[in-house]
Amino acid sequence: MIVGKLKDVDEIKDMLPEDLESLFIIGCGTCVSVSLAGGEREAKSLRDLLELYFRSQGRDVKVNTATIKRQCDDEFIDSEELAISEHDVVLSLACGVGVQHLGIKHPGKMILPGVNTTFYGRNSDVGEWEEMCLGCGDCILDDFAGVCPVARCSKSLINGPCGGSQDGKCEVDDEIDCGWDLIYNRAKEIGQLDRLLSYEGPKDWSTARDGGVRSHKNPEFFSE
Amino acid sequence: MAEYISKLEQLLEEGEFVVCSEMGPPIGADPEFIRKKCDDVKGYVDAVNITDNQTAIIRMSSIAAAKIAMEEGLEMIIQITGRDRNRIGIQSDLLGASALGLSNVLCLTGDHQCFGNDEDAKNVFDLDSVSIIKACQQMTEEGRLINGNELKTEPPRLYYGGAHNPFADPFEMHMMKLEKKIEAGMKFIQTQCIYNLEKFDYWMEEVRKRGLHEKCHIMAGILPTRSVKALRMMKKFVAGMDVPDYTIERMEAAEDKKAEGVKMAVDIINHVKEIEGVRGVHLMPVAWEEITPVVVEKANLYPRPEV
Ligand code: SF4
Ligand code: SF4
Repeated sequence: MIVGKLKDVDEIKDMLPEDLESLFIIGCGTCVSVSLAGGEREAKSLRDLLELYFRSQGRDVKVNTATIKRQCDDEFIDSEELAISEHDVVLSLACGVGVQHLGIKHPGKMILPGVNTTFYGRNSDVGEWEEMCLGCGDCILDDFAGVCPVARCSKSLINGPCGGSQDGKCEVDDEIDCGWDLIYNRAKEIGQLDRLLSYEGPKDWSTARDGGVRSHKNPEFFSE
Repeated sequence: MAEYISKLEQLLEEGEFVVCSEMGPPIGADPEFIRKKCDDVKGYVDAVNITDNQTAIIRMSSIAAAKIAMEEGLEMIIQITGRDRNRIGIQSDLLGASALGLSNVLCLTGDHQCFGNDEDAKNVFDLDSVSIIKACQQMTEEGRLINGNELKTEPPRLYYGGAHNPFADPFEMHMMKLEKKIEAGMKFIQTQCIYNLEKFDYWMEEVRKRGLHEKCHIMAGILPTRSVKALRMMKKFVAGMDVPDYTIERMEAAEDKKAEGVKMAVDIINHVKEIEGVRGVHLMPVAWEEITPVVVEKANLYPRPEV
């Protein structure tokens, strides 16, 4: 899923226009809801905090919230059409995709981001998420015992560990597991060490963002 | 001796026990800084590595600095890392280095930028140490770029090596990478600095078992130090450094720390010199570069051979 982190309230306050009269906070019920960043719970508590803040400033700002299933999909955002039009500003707690989708659907409306979109990750423990994939567009997990060198090595190395890998930890931080240690151990476990020995030419990055902004069409919908 | 690409290659191929040292370019644009450092080591070492923004701290480019040092009469080894340039930048710089007469290259992945003062920089790592070695090999021996295109004029003349840490765990995983580098054509290795001789001996034994010492010249890394503090810091903070307690105790017990630092370095050199497959030493005193000639003399490695 896409993992996010709710922005600091002070940063959100600074984004809001001074002459704001009404704010609509829209949570998103899918990924960022699961990563406890921008779901219904976060939307409501942010509303309470901002209401308190506006009151302490003697400002009369109306703050409402709603949470929709997926902000990146027309199917779900249509229901909030009217409410969006009735507020000065929308603060979206979706990932960067949702924020922009709302903007495309509501030209002329100020849509602000309330969440920092961090990575594609998994729920690794209660309240903990870990980066797993970088969306490189050409998945090579099959060559690396199912552990991604692109996302899980801090340098995206594909020919083995750097000299900084020590005791299973990455040179960048003791809190980070060395991706190559994970690759090596899993390859050993499943008897695929030999596959790590072949030289990997530099990766083709043209399928990643380096190739330009990406989009794709499903041929089922676009055949002649 | 036109068939040799560089003096370093000639010495290694002709079986001399080679002495290298290391130089960091200035954080600034003063060429005099480099010239002065050259005077310190001239005649005492066969070749000098010049670092490439080591520990991710911005310094004068290794190629520019190496050119200045070469004009002072030193044989240089430019270090090149994958951190700051992609395959386009690296291959272009390798062609430029060769055109300037800088043929020796040490290919490294590079420290992460978090070690320096620009943690907020975007990193590259398009090529890693293995693919930089491969790029050198393809350009030099096949006259081709990584993308397969042929060079339009003279191919570069590069003599390329890499680094290895004999103390990194898990041992097998790091050996795997070493073998990949050798397969990619690496001609020489400079190792991480050695304090733990038992472990180094074990590594060399494994190297010989696999015949790697016959495919690539190995130079042992030596880091002379003059304080207990420096040893402790390395043990604790430098990833992959193995400083045994007995080394620290020995320094603690010494009255004259500088003399002891030199003695320790000389002892290690004398030890590795006797190991089958060790073809030289790479001295890298940190912030104590003026000690290099002293160590070389005390280890009976002076004078250096003429070629
Ligand atoms: S190889 Fe690419 S697509 Fe596959 S997990 Fe890694 S980043 Fe994601
Ligand atoms: S320590 Fe491991 S994860 Fe970190 S950069 Fe090196 S190989 Fe990658």
